[in-house]
Amino acid sequence: MGIQALNIKKSFGDFVALDDVSVDVHSGQLTALLGPSGGGKSTLLRIIAGLDQADSGTVRIDGSDATSLPPRRRDVGFVFQHYAAFKHLSVYRNVAFGLEVRKRPRSEIRRRVHELLDLVHLDQFADRMPSQLSGGQRQRMALARALAAEPKVLLLDEPFGALDAKVRKELRDWLRRLHDEVHVTTVFVTHDQEEALEVADELVVINYGRVEQVGGPNDLYDRPANEFVMEFLGPVTRLNGRLLRPHDVDVFETPHEGTITAQVERLQRIGFEVRADVRSADSNFWVQLTPGQIEAMGLAEGAPVWVRPARGAATIEEHEPPAMLPDPSNLSESAEK
Amino acid sequence: MAEVRTIAGDPGRAQQATTRWALRLIAILYVTVLVVLPLAVMVGRTFEEGIGEFVDSITSPEAVAAITLSLRVTALAILINTVFGLTTALLLTRYQFPGRSVLNSLIDLPVSVSPVIAGLALILVYGRSGWFGGSLQELGIQIIYAEPAIVLATCFVSLPLVVRELVPVLEEIGLEQEQAGKSLGASGWQRLWRLTLPSVRWALAYGVVLTLARSLGEFGAVRVVAGNVLGSTQTMPLLAAQRYTDLDEQGAYSISFVMVAVAIMCIIVVAIFRPKEEQ
Repeated sequence: MGIQALNIKKSFGDFVALDDVSVDVHSGQLTALLGPSGGGKSTLLRIIAGLDQADSGTVRIDGSDATSLPPRRRDVGFVFQHYAAFKHLSVYRNVAFGLEVRKRPRSEIRRRVHELLDLVHLDQFADRMPSQLSGGQRQRMALARALAAEPKVLLLDEPFGALDAKVRKELRDWLRRLHDEVHVTTVFVTHDQEEALEVADELVVINYGRVEQVGGPNDLYDRPANEFVMEFLGPVTRLNGRLLRPHDVDVFETPHEGTITAQVERLQRIGFEVRADVRSADSNFWVQLTPGQIEAMGLAEGAPVWVRPARGAATIEEHEPPAMLPDPSNLSESAEK
Repeated sequence: MAEVRTIAGDPGRAQQATTRWALRLIAILYVTVLVVLPLAVMVGRTFEEGIGEFVDSITSPEAVAAITLSLRVTALAILINTVFGLTTALLLTRYQFPGRSVLNSLIDLPVSVSPVIAGLALILVYGRSGWFGGSLQELGIQIIYAEPAIVLATCFVSLPLVVRELVPVLEEIGLEQEQAGKSLGASGWQRLWRLTLPSVRWALAYGVVLTLARSLGEFGAVRVVAGNVLGSTQTMPLLAAQRYTDLDEQGAYSISFVMVAVAIMCIIVVAIFRPKEEQ
């Protein structure tokens, strides 16, 4: 029950949302479409669901061509960022909706709805109206509703984007456990790299309407294909014209093979890590250390140090000023147009 | 008592209270002078000569004919304006198309022009020497000076009422519920009956009540196209006006009372049901 999107192109006026994108989602997996807001990932999800039409390209669901099928014939469950609850229907009737429109027998509907409400821990709220639920509860209701008619694939568009940080983290863990229980092929869109790395089996990084890289969470973190992926997935520092993770820098108090000399400018402790701002002859960069390392080496502000990339560190050649980088202020935005 | 003391002890609050009372007084005066007083006097005059006289004047053959005609025309106008009003409101809120803003402003035109103009325009199109009038007449269909013209004129003047009630509600609901319905396998009809209509039912009910009130009471446009044939193309307002000119004041007030009573009843019914449903 995999999904193939092949050579998808989509423009809104002059704006190219998707530029020849191909994605292959494996059956039974939990895949994240990750990227900055406005990068095209939501558009791709909506095209897979049939809620938007691609200008060109093919969508195959479970091996058969779904490109021109209306959404209701695609057997997909869709979860919206803002829940899209049916406000005039009770929680029970919301979840039952997909079964009622398919004219399933009443006894089957009752059994299935209670089964699902149980799964999302909302059985005691069956008779409430959506307005009487919290955001997290509403989103769980929306999930149960999407799963009711046993879709081949489950698509979630920034499902936790409208929730506060704590509920978000809870639901994230819960989604992972739910997926392990129901095993439905799932694709979710997020701009939060931590969410994607934590929950997904596979990540598809999308930026400016193009796929930057596809792979497992560790692959992408350790072997980013380019500067954008590296920057987007985690903190980055620059050493000797190379980009690398700030915890992938060896620091010594004496010269070692391959090291360059530098000076500690500032030490700032943040919880269990220490951020060391360092200056070498030709650049400023920062290194992530632990309080233990600082103590063992007796590092202090102003002390000379020798640094080199750690063995096996993922590094990338630095290009000219990165034009492709997302504006950091966009990354925290939850709404994607 | 406690409230009085705080108001007395605080000049700012006292002033606020004065303003509030002044505003209330103005509003009450306004409604009394313009609505309550004339209606009360009219009701008084209706029953001045006893209930028997009232019953007689609304059960006379021409009164019964006028009442049934008015009800029939109103029912048709409500049906037509509900179906087309809903369609138009959905079109305006869910689709972008060239001419959308033109259509949007055209909808409001009927309330901004005099109803007499509406009547005259209908005659230009459907009258004996109008655009379609001649060919329709050859087919044996008469529109002007017959019931179809009354329905057309009534629809015309009440056209925006349903649309204008529905559009803001549909805009607020947005597209997500509709898309959720699609992805859950509901067909267009199922989405309309199960999602859209239940979500807009109170706005629709209000639009229908306004249409009903306007349709029952329409005078100008109907006057121009109806021909005012006693017992056949005479609606309730036309009958009331004719009785008044014929110096049958009591008869005019009786028929007016029926119209007012129907309109007030509808507003009360909606007002009673609406809050219950939303709790």
